[in-house]
Amino acid sequence: MGQRPWYFRVLLTFLRNSLVRDMTFRANFLIDTVSSISWVFMNLGFYLLIFSYTPTIGARTGWGKYEFFLFLATTLLINSLVRGLFLENAVEFSEQIRTGALDFALLKPIDTQFLVSLGRIEWSAVGPFICGLLLLVYSLGQVEHTPGALQAVLYVFYVLCGVVIYYSLMISMAATSIWLGQNRNLLDFWFYITNFSRYPMEIYEKGLGFALLYVFTYFIPVLTAVNVPARLLAKPFSPTTLADWLLPGFAVLATAMSLAVSRWIFNRALLSYRSASS
Amino acid sequence: MLSRPATWWTILRISLEERLVYRADFALGTLMRFLPIVTQMFLWWAVFEAIGADKGGGAVAGYTFHNMVAYYLLTMISRAFSSMPGLASGIAQDIRDGTVKKYLIQPIDMLGFLLLNRVAHKLVYYLVAIVPFVVVFSLCRQFFAGWPPPQILVACLASLLMAFLLGFFLEATLGMIGFWFLEVNSLLFVYMLFSFFCSGHMFPIDMLPSPWRELVQGMPLQYLAYFPAAIFLGKVTGAELVRGLCTQLCWVVVFIITARAAFHLGTRRYSAFGG
Repeated sequence: MGQRPWYFRVLLTFLRNSLVRDMTFRANFLIDTVSSISWVFMNLGFYLLIFSYTPTIGARTGWGKYEFFLFLATTLLINSLVRGLFLENAVEFSEQIRTGALDFALLKPIDTQFLVSLGRIEWSAVGPFICGLLLLVYSLGQVEHTPGALQAVLYVFYVLCGVVIYYSLMISMAATSIWLGQNRNLLDFWFYITNFSRYPMEIYEKGLGFALLYVFTYFIPVLTAVNVPARLLAKPFSPTTLADWLLPGFAVLATAMSLAVSRWIFNRALLSYRSASS
Repeated sequence: MLSRPATWWTILRISLEERLVYRADFALGTLMRFLPIVTQMFLWWAVFEAIGADKGGGAVAGYTFHNMVAYYLLTMISRAFSSMPGLASGIAQDIRDGTVKKYLIQPIDMLGFLLLNRVAHKLVYYLVAIVPFVVVFSLCRQFFAGWPPPQILVACLASLLMAFLLGFFLEATLGMIGFWFLEVNSLLFVYMLFSFFCSGHMFPIDMLPSPWRELVQGMPLQYLAYFPAAIFLGKVTGAELVRGLCTQLCWVVVFIITARAAFHLGTRRYSAFGG
């Protein structure tokens, strides 16, 4: 009694239980994996089509075909990690609020946010994750420069930062279900916002795009989440001025801030929770 | 004689009232759906800029930058007619939990009931969505070259109405696969992916190289998004337009028959589980 739970061990149990569950419905798991990989190939097909008409995305941006594929691979890695670890849980969280089943999570002797965020892990996201890794390795072989060890380490670090930023946004939006009662647009809203980070931030550097660029870089930092790691691999790494470190530095701050704000929203929302069932 | 239209009218009226409860959700959802077009617009702007064609002169696969933005906006109208959220999964769910038996014991045709329900859904949707649509289209009016001639508008409207019927009967057929396989959600997800790509929602399908273009143009999916938009933009004209409309009509008839046949055969093997 009174002992703190060993969170890593609980996480391993979640991973194992989810795998057992997925393997119980093997055909469903297989179809989920195949359909998510099909989606990756469809997107890849679309970008191949675009690059059959243009050598780069934007004039003098440096986002050629393989540089952009490195960007795409980064998006895939971050998205599949977020989808695999948190998406199903965020959907379930909204449902638990609506039905009152959140009572059971609140009674457990473990941090509620941890339990609510990681209880159900989707193993079918491994498929697109592997696709992302393969695309990353293949594209690295095609670009002119070779990233060094420091870039590789920083890349992994910033991909994880990207995952944290995406997660923070998702759990904050899911938590608002407590105030709204029913959050029908939660998932749509999250998809629509993260949709802005599907392309390099340079494409927004014109007209009204500047407003989007600032909002989605500094206020809802989804552009920062993907662009910082993708640039590390896709473009030669030679930070010389303070300005070169500005965005990577901000990405660390944005990650910490996102996590802190989402934690605050989550706890505030829990204070307003009034069990829906009898 | 008069009882049947009276029943249909009652169903439509109840469905309209039911749908109007969610009007705020409809309006918000509609505005949200325009957001991906913003990113697509900036992507294509960057592509046209890279090849030096962003100032109006050059074209990609016959589309100028303005054409491309107009195309994506027009597919939103096509999809407003042809998309049937929850139809196929709803039918499959009714089959799985036994609710479908109410159509077997009551003097109501399931497809007719669902069609009227969907007409009500669409009418309310247009009533609420007209505001965000007018706002977005008037903000983006510089991307359009002006109104096409009246006969093109009529052809476009005919294509949109057929897109609605095609979308309805195609998805109803898919939902009725539930008579044979109880779990069809994964199948529906795969269909959704293919539909997004092959209907022209993701990009104009005439951009595809051969033989992919011919393959996709041979499918009924292009009539759900690409074809009505292509008519409005003047990409399909003359005999090709007439042929396209006739083919679309044929697909509608094919899927009406398929949906009817699937319901007939499905109910013969249906076991009515559930309370």
